[in-house]
Amino acid sequence: MSKHHIEMTINGRRHTSDVEARVSLSDFLRGDAGYTGVHVGCEHGVCGACTVIVDGKAVRSCLMLAVQADGAEVTTAEGLAAPDGALHPVQQVLLDEQALQCGFCTPGVVMTLAALTSDGQKPSEAQLLSALSGHICRCTGYQGIRRAARKLAGAQPAAKT
Amino acid sequence: MKPAPFDYVAPVSIAQACSALADGGGGATVLAGGQTLIPLLNLRMSQPFIIVDLNKIAELQGIARTDHGTRIGPMTRQCEVIASETLAHELPVLVEAVRHIGHHQTRNRGTVGGSIALGEPAAELPATAVALDATIEARSIRGTRNIPAGDFYLGPYANALEADELVTGITFPSWPKGHTILFREVAQRPGDFALLGLVGALSVEGGKIARAGLAWFGMGPTPIRARGAEEALLGRSPDAIDLQTVAVRAVADTAPFDDHHASAEYRRTVGRRIFARTLRESLSAGELV
Repeated sequence: MSKHHIEMTINGRRHTSDVEARVSLSDFLRGDAGYTGVHVGCEHGVCGACTVIVDGKAVRSCLMLAVQADGAEVTTAEGLAAPDGALHPVQQVLLDEQALQCGFCTPGVVMTLAALTSDGQKPSEAQLLSALSGHICRCTGYQGIRRAARKLAGAQPAAKT
Repeated sequence: MKPAPFDYVAPVSIAQACSALADGGGGATVLAGGQTLIPLLNLRMSQPFIIVDLNKIAELQGIARTDHGTRIGPMTRQCEVIASETLAHELPVLVEAVRHIGHHQTRNRGTVGGSIALGEPAAELPATAVALDATIEARSIRGTRNIPAGDFYLGPYANALEADELVTGITFPSWPKGHTILFREVAQRPGDFALLGLVGALSVEGGKIARAGLAWFGMGPTPIRARGAEEALLGRSPDAIDLQTVAVRAVADTAPFDDHHASAEYRRTVGRRIFARTLRESLSAGELV
């Protein structure tokens, strides 16, 4: 059992720690670093709740070891809103479209959509919907999430029913 | 669940990785993209003594054209395959296959070599390698050897690698410009394991099919080459093909299984239909080029 000294940037702040090799990035972010916006659902890469952004890409944090994120830049849901509390555009559109109920899957959904729309990227509606297939939501029936994705892609959201 | 304890090393060169595997004496497991291994660790279905992480080895990454075709480093991420202009031109069927692997989020970590080496019977990449006659380069401290993809898969999750060997490159032979690609996957939801699927390529010269490479996934313990169908197609004019006869021959080479998702009979029936439909669509699309 090996222990490793790691250093990563989480939501713009440097974080150093000594971790056992077997600790997942998701458990590290929640337990060691205190970012409990990382939700741990299935722990085998199916549900998408633990999705975070590592070096610009949306990944399952339960399918990475913390030691593998040594030197990486990590963003969790806590890192999206502006310092004054103004919501990130993805958060705002999910709120506007009533795209959440219990909120368990929401941080993962937010991180996937935030990664794909960052740095002025203009993903198509099809690309966003395809990426959302990597998230399971047990409450909403997905229609609000789909409307939010359509809006982010620049399309007019379908009327609420 | 959480993984059992293990040691972890992250070599920065192939030579270091091979030494670590040799020292591990069979108790070492290679970590590529981790999209299959880490779930197995979390569920404690895999409990290695030591993990050799390949993510810091730059020489295992990248896509390059060679004299023999296109060589893909095993640590090339699946998302990089989708974004590659080289592959869009040289191996469009490989790009199409990779689009069907898992989800956006898993393709951001998952690698070409990881999927090739794992040998999941329903996976897209092993069948693509078999259909296109790829060569898998394996290295250990004892030397380097090349294994044809057709000889690489021995059974579900079983391959021809020795415990101390590492996949260091996958080379796909080139296909002529304007070749026809075939890809069809049947899955219950996007990103799910395929129930079955078909992948391959055809090229037409002088009005006749001159080359054919076709393979099934999810239709047996390993990827299965559709040799009977290839024989039935070679030398034929694309408009003189009896789709149903070729589809029957294609399915005759398979050995599908019953599981809780689908019966073997379902796989054979659907296989015959998707074969005929995919071949018809690919051939008619080919005429437009």
